[in-house]
Amino acid sequence: MSRKRKIIPGVDPKLLIKDAAKLLPDPARRSFLRGAASLGALTMLTGCDILNSDGAENVLRKISQFNDGAQALLFNPNTLAPTYPESAITRPFPFNAYYSEDEAPAVDGDSFKLVLNGLIGNKTPWTLRELYALPMEKQITRHVCVEGWSAIGSWTGVRLSDFLKRIDADTKAKYIWFRCAEGYSNTIDMPTALHPQTQIALKFDNEILPRRYGFPMKIRMPTKLGFKQPKHVVEMAVLNEDRGGYWENQGYNWFSGL
Amino acid sequence: MAATQEANGKVIHPVWVRITHWLNAIAMLLMIGSGWQIYNASPLFDFSFSRSITIGGWLAGALQWHFAAMWLLAINGAIYLILGFATGRFRRKLWPISPRAVIADGIAALKGKLSHEDLSVYNAVQKLLYAGVILAGVVVVLSGLSIWKPVQLQWLTALFGGYDAARYVHFFAMAAIVGFLVVHVALALLVPKSLRAMIAGR
Repeated sequence: MSRKRKIIPGVDPKLLIKDAAKLLPDPARRSFLRGAASLGALTMLTGCDILNSDGAENVLRKISQFNDGAQALLFNPNTLAPTYPESAITRPFPFNAYYSEDEAPAVDGDSFKLVLNGLIGNKTPWTLRELYALPMEKQITRHVCVEGWSAIGSWTGVRLSDFLKRIDADTKAKYIWFRCAEGYSNTIDMPTALHPQTQIALKFDNEILPRRYGFPMKIRMPTKLGFKQPKHVVEMAVLNEDRGGYWENQGYNWFSGL
Repeated sequence: MAATQEANGKVIHPVWVRITHWLNAIAMLLMIGSGWQIYNASPLFDFSFSRSITIGGWLAGALQWHFAAMWLLAINGAIYLILGFATGRFRRKLWPISPRAVIADGIAALKGKLSHEDLSVYNAVQKLLYAGVILAGVVVVLSGLSIWKPVQLQWLTALFGGYDAARYVHFFAMAAIVGFLVVHVALALLVPKSLRAMIAGR
């Protein structure tokens, strides 16, 4: 689910605000990269201008892309994320996004339709009622944030691989792109989309997915970091091109597998 | 060859030790500096690292540095470990470590009576610290892998007591390495010929 900022028990709110400020891609980070560049450049940028921070950023981006490939190789489609008992669920489960809780998108469930695009045989949009009628599974798994903290939650939803079959999607395609109500978007790899624990989550903790956790649907992937898991999803497209994503485009690793 | 030279009292540190040592120094500084910035995104304790001593500027930048330098750290570290065992250097230099000798040499060191005449022979305190920091290096890499891949390498994560515990292990292994670094650098500067030996070999 999450993208940025959570409130977790035991963390100083002042620190959180300070922290949030520095998570923003401000001009300062460029100068920091420049400062660090000279050191890293000595080892990794042989042949480049070691003071050229854009050079350092480019090399780091290339290595990050190399790491995407390494993680795709490491990803075993049959390895399941550990599951936990009800008693292990983190309560309250942290709200985390790049907006505050009262700014969370309010999607109207009655008029909601999931728009389908790209390499899909049957692109008829799905209403929430139709989605709720599909067979669902529950999982209690660990949500790991890119920031390092983690929380255990309970999600119930439709296996994404089943849904892809149902809509006659081309599962030989490389990517699935998701668009969210407020404009967030990201792209995931097909092997992760087909993983048995990847689901269109429609419920959290046995209740209809609340607004703060992504009503009406979020893509739950216990094999990926939180920011890779879009909430308030209103469109999905099966593609052979990578459309990137909100955080990925700002420098977070694209694959971000666990 | 290296062994012969050492026996002749010429080369204190063979070239592979010097190269892996300095590559490791660079990798460690990058990993520690970027790791501190990553830590700041979700601190385990009631403090953060000053941004003036972190690398990457913000979380994404720090993660890019961390997951780039990890290759240097891991590959260089693996080469160092393999050669350390294969050439017998670890056995010769770091073994045995007896508690009694560590105490005796520790007291001598505090009294300033420890000899640095022969840099090719480590005293018991050095043996303990060098073996200890190698162990901390192995733990920091393995615990790092376990929090990077808690699904694919879940057996490793479980070995460290689960995801949350592994974060603490990773932190304390870093702290041990930083603690070593402070002592190591201070002593190298106090005994400059040891620094020369790690650069020139003798």
